[in-house]
Amino acid sequence: MADVEDTLKRIETQKGVIGTVVVNGDGIPIRTTLDNSTTVKYAGLFRQLTVMARSTVRDIDPQNDLTFLRIRTKKHEIMVALENDFLLIVIQKPCE
Amino acid sequence: MSVQNSKAAASVRKGSIVPKVPGVKPTKAAYKKKDEEERVDKGVGWDETHGKGLIKPADQLELTEAELKEEITRILTANNPHAPQNIVRYSFKERSYKQVVVDQMAVHFVLEGSLVHQDSDEARRLRARGGLPGGPEVVTVETGAEPDEDETETPATPVEDGGEVEEVGEEDRPDSVASKTDKKQPKLTNQINFSERGTQTLNNPLRERSTQTEPPPRRNFSATANQWEIYDTHMEELQKQEKNKEKQKATLPKTDSDRSKKRLMLMETQSDDFTKVGKASKIFERMIHQNTFDDIAQDFKYFEDASDEFRDQEGTLLPLWKFQYDKAKTLSVTALCWNNNIQDLFAVGMGSYNFSKQGCGMVVFYSLKNSSFPEYIYPTKSGVLCLDIHQQHSNLVAVGFYDGCVAVYDLKSEGLEPVHKSTAKTGKHTDAVWQVRWQNDDMDNNHNFYSVSSDGRVVSWTLVKNELIYTDIIRLSLNGAVSEGPEDAQLPIFTCGTAFDFHKQIDSLFLVGTEGGKIHKCSKTYSSQFLETYDAHSMAVDAVRWNHFHPKVFISCSSDWTVKIWDHTINTPMFTFDLNAAVGDVSWSPYSSTVFAAVTTDGKVHVFDLSINKYEAICRQSVVAKKTKLTHLEFNPVYPIITVGDDRGYVTSFKLSPNLRMKPKAKKGQELPKGPEVEVAKMEKLLSLLREQEESPV
Repeated sequence: MADVEDTLKRIETQKGVIGTVVVNGDGIPIRTTLDNSTTVKYAGLFRQLTVMARSTVRDIDPQNDLTFLRIRTKKHEIMVALENDFLLIVIQKPCE
Repeated sequence: MSVQNSKAAASVRKGSIVPKVPGVKPTKAAYKKKDEEERVDKGVGWDETHGKGLIKPADQLELTEAELKEEITRILTANNPHAPQNIVRYSFKERSYKQVVVDQMAVHFVLEGSLVHQDSDEARRLRARGGLPGGPEVVTVETGAEPDEDETETPATPVEDGGEVEEVGEEDRPDSVASKTDKKQPKLTNQINFSERGTQTLNNPLRERSTQTEPPPRRNFSATANQWEIYDTHMEELQKQEKNKEKQKATLPKTDSDRSKKRLMLMETQSDDFTKVGKASKIFERMIHQNTFDDIAQDFKYFEDASDEFRDQEGTLLPLWKFQYDKAKTLSVTALCWNNNIQDLFAVGMGSYNFSKQGCGMVVFYSLKNSSFPEYIYPTKSGVLCLDIHQQHSNLVAVGFYDGCVAVYDLKSEGLEPVHKSTAKTGKHTDAVWQVRWQNDDMDNNHNFYSVSSDGRVVSWTLVKNELIYTDIIRLSLNGAVSEGPEDAQLPIFTCGTAFDFHKQIDSLFLVGTEGGKIHKCSKTYSSQFLETYDAHSMAVDAVRWNHFHPKVFISCSSDWTVKIWDHTINTPMFTFDLNAAVGDVSWSPYSSTVFAAVTTDGKVHVFDLSINKYEAICRQSVVAKKTKLTHLEFNPVYPIITVGDDRGYVTSFKLSPNLRMKPKAKKGQELPKGPEVEVAKMEKLLSLLREQEESPV
């Protein structure tokens, strides 16, 4: 438990990381470093996207499953991890 | 005339009806009988039966009493009263008037019927026209011949019947022909006086009654049927079946475990925490790290310094990641070791070389994928001086401490304590342990490793059933090998062993470097004698390493600023290099038999390639800030990078430029020979050259 706490803290304080959101299985954000409205937005939108993406992957091969989703945008990179019904979203601005 | 007679007769009759006397009752039957045939009336002017006053019409004949009583006989005959009775005709034959028989029939009522006999001509004609079934000469409507027949018949009929009706009939015929199958059979009707009259029955009043039930509750349901949903349900079914089978097999003992499992599950669902994202968060850390240090990662993988072509055989070191750990800032890197199985993982031992300042130490594992935070951290009570990762079982790490202990850590086990640790009872060294090395499993398949220490002992430790059992292999003494026997008069003086290395191929052969600068070649089997001794250096030997390819060559370095390369059969070094500063560590490269690198305390890394330049380094690079001493160096077994540790606790990684990784050039047309034999041959060539040089002056 503490280990994960530490890791998450480290992620949050990493250079370039704009925010992190941890969403539980019900779609409720349980841990976030962003403000409320943005968090809710991210949680809802990415829930939908991951469900869609997961459906796509599994449709092609049911024994396969989606693990990570990485979206590179003009402004930053959004990384989504799917694990145990939980969603972990990290928004990072890659320093270049 | 006949008419007048009838009138009179009628009036007489009328008068006669009236005078019926009630006293005549018994004779009524007689009267009735008579009435049927003839009527006898009495002229009585009063109807007693009716009890009414007699009303005389104005024009009634006034008759006298006698006339009234006169009986008039009336006879009922079948003759027509209206028919004349006295019609005579002159018969010219008899020349007289003869009475003619008059027709007595009087038609009272005539009603002509509208039905037509079915066998009559008219019926036949109607049938033919209307297309009615039922007769033998009926023709079906559908045939085309029928209209022709009708046409021939119809001109005949207008003569007999009304022409208009026929036309109507003709018009009707095509319709009836067309829709015959739909219509009911029309009636056979008389064309002249057919009349149809319809009646309507009484229609019952309609009443509407309806009920409504309560609609069943509705619920919207939507789902998708994807490939994977189907697969999932199948898998669930499978699992259920398997569970059922298991339950059937074992009933009682399973229930307890089920209960405990249920409890666990409840606990899990209640805790809405994020330990479940533990794995993902770790990977995320690495992903973020990759993004942050994207350029370094790209360099590590792909960058090859192109300017090496113009640099005339010299090479460079490209700095990559820098590994540091906050809590280890005060410690210096005392040991480095790469993991053979997981090629991006390496271990760093942290401690202190400072004799006076000894504190705690640390064993830290870093991965190249994450330079900001170590993967594993093991704090130790005493400073770590050396460590070694087992070749096959890369989760086992042997660590040697400054206080003389050796320990074995298991990375797979949870917890920060070593799995095994030597204590004073179990033969720990009395002085700092400078080097540990894992060996191949012994005959009982027990893991074992060796350690060398300043107390002059080379000890073998065996892991037997969770215990560390030690065996002294050899004791290093100044006077050569010393037997263990107490008869020896001389007091054995033990020197400190500071480095050792085992031969790559010959398992029992190993070298030990001492604090006095000597290197002893020993064998595991001979504990009393050294096989050979080399006067290597004037100061303590810091590192001694066998060549990875050539079986005879080894290298040694010392704080006396020199690096020497030896052939173990020859007492004098083959090559000597002076590096202008105390050399902390030297290491052969895993990809070439002629390349080695050394680190010095002035912060420089020297890389040599003997096949290119036998006298000078092909790369001499200052890699750290001033006043930072480099302590250790290790080549990665797979990637072209080296890690360098310094006394500030930092580990820096560098990429070797292509010039430092030269393979022997193949002559045109020849195949590039690969494999260790090439390396051996390379080295051999060098050595032979040297030997020739040595021999020639002699």
